[in-house]
Amino acid sequence: MFIKEGIIASPGIAIAKALVYKKIIVEVNENKIENSEAEIKKFTDACVESHTQLEKIQLKAVSELGEEEAAIFGAHAMVLQDPEFIDGVEHEINDNKLGADFAVKTVTERFFTIFDQMDDPYFRARAADINDVGQRVLNNILGIVQTDLSKIDHDVIIIADDLTPSDTAQMDKKHVVAFATNVGSRTSHTAIMARSLEIPAVLGLTDITDTVKTGDLIIVDGLKGKVTVNPDPNMIKDYDERKIKYHGYLKELETLKDLDAVTLDGHQVELVGNIGEPNDVQGIVKNGGVGVGLYRTEFLYMNSETMPSEEKQTASYRSVLETFPNGPVIIRTLDIGGDKKLAYLTMAEELNPFLGLRAIRLCLKEVDLFKTQLRAILRASIYGNAHIMFPMISSVTEVRQAKAILETCMLELKEEGIPYNKEIKVGVMIEIPSAAITSDIIAKEVDFFSIGTNDLCQYTLAVDRMNQDVSYLYDPFNPSILRLVKQVIMASNSKEGLFTGMCGEMAGDPIAAIILLGLGLHEFSMSALSIPQIKKVIRNIRFDDAKVIAEEVLNLETGEAVIDHVHESLKKLKINI
Amino acid sequence: MISKEITILNATGLHARPASMFVQTAGKFKSKIFVIKDGNSINAKSIMGIMAGGISQGTTIEIQADGDDENDAIAALTALIDDKFGE
Repeated sequence: MFIKEGIIASPGIAIAKALVYKKIIVEVNENKIENSEAEIKKFTDACVESHTQLEKIQLKAVSELGEEEAAIFGAHAMVLQDPEFIDGVEHEINDNKLGADFAVKTVTERFFTIFDQMDDPYFRARAADINDVGQRVLNNILGIVQTDLSKIDHDVIIIADDLTPSDTAQMDKKHVVAFATNVGSRTSHTAIMARSLEIPAVLGLTDITDTVKTGDLIIVDGLKGKVTVNPDPNMIKDYDERKIKYHGYLKELETLKDLDAVTLDGHQVELVGNIGEPNDVQGIVKNGGVGVGLYRTEFLYMNSETMPSEEKQTASYRSVLETFPNGPVIIRTLDIGGDKKLAYLTMAEELNPFLGLRAIRLCLKEVDLFKTQLRAILRASIYGNAHIMFPMISSVTEVRQAKAILETCMLELKEEGIPYNKEIKVGVMIEIPSAAITSDIIAKEVDFFSIGTNDLCQYTLAVDRMNQDVSYLYDPFNPSILRLVKQVIMASNSKEGLFTGMCGEMAGDPIAAIILLGLGLHEFSMSALSIPQIKKVIRNIRFDDAKVIAEEVLNLETGEAVIDHVHESLKKLKINI
Repeated sequence: MISKEITILNATGLHARPASMFVQTAGKFKSKIFVIKDGNSINAKSIMGIMAGGISQGTTIEIQADGDDENDAIAALTALIDDKFGE
């Protein structure tokens, strides 16, 4: 028995036999040939065979994953038919007398290198497509059959170096109970796939494919990021119990789904979810959220090759709004700049991108781009309870400028006879300390605040949390952050009808949620998976007790002391979270 | 054979969607069609060739067409570029 630790990519516990999925990689050496006609035929036959395979995979992908996910195989087919690719290979065979296999390898590598060296991430992704296609043709020339993942007849844990869309598309998913891979991160294809299949995954295990054999018994612990290989009987027993306990916990959370987020003494708050694209709303519904507290519209722009049109945007916003006929849907206007760029929008290099031209600053400069989005949100607003939120506001002046442009859009639509909700709620993100400090002034201009803790921490504590040398300073429990949050909530309480929400990671943390509840936060927005746990916390505490805890922690000296104090208070109150 | 010089106007150049529109349009014609950029000749019917060509906004290229429908081919591709690929 041995245990390996990796990156948690999807939660859960699975115990099953391993299926090691290793791609056969063959060494193809330079080989001179006499009969080029025979080699051309080998190449042509392999292309036909590859085509048939791709068509099959594409059909399966369309029915299982949808048109959008399947589009990648259409791109593969285009590479296969490309005259530069075909002519290139035929030229190597006819004129340089290379064997079909080496010719394919040579041409694939040539194009791979060109695309792989491009700055643009879109083109670099095409390099992987080219490699995938080249490998497929080469396998067909050599008659190599890769491990078939489409016919699995018993429960398995897939052990692989990495899983590509080609691999997962053809996989028989009924019997796949977990993934464990050598490489990958929380955002890699394998991780996304595991979460959508709701199976545990641990990635970044470095050499799991070399240390595990097909048939070994494996435990994947997606809660702790551990993989146990050939566990002893005690370990199996222990994990069987943990698995039952975890399922019990999930069941308990499931029972909370349709209940309100209300404290023991009757104070109700709103639990909503953060989304990046319209499909994400399903997770919120499933976990019992009542709306969307943060719709990150930048993904609509980042996943598009050109500026998304007003129609396209309207359709996306509408579909989200229609999912929640009553609940709020807070649509954040374009937040790019900083680390997020668009392929089709030229932006100057900056020395300090996080202090530079981003979010609302960019939108106030690129007014046409901004108006297209505002018009789309307004047009969609008749289909639900839409809220518009401006990001990166540093002063009331920017709020007024943005609102003036919004009014122009409303006038235009009125003249064009296009309906919109005249009462649409307008709010701002509070993520810059200056906005938090002047929130009483900004309050006069808006209907709601939403505190973005990730950036608020970064700017208040002057710390880049991606920099490992200083990331220890990044602490949402730091009393400075808690005091700013309190100040914003107090400002919103001073105006009738104004509410404050939070859409940073902090709102989904159980300890933080108690403090935020006590400070009077009205709306908690988080990743959908966190909603049940936070609901449980809120339903198990009295609002009055949370108020006392919040008041006490504001005077503590450090973030650690704050966390300790909340734990102690919960112990005294006999509350289990 | 006929040829025409033209400057790419759309913001993204022959990138992603515009590149595939260009290649698909070229593919509709029987004529042999080439794009000449900096003295290099690229097959206009090859998505990989066109994308790898790095043809960005402001680049002037020469389109050559040779065949029965060469006039129509040049006209269709010119219209696409002048229309900024509908951006």
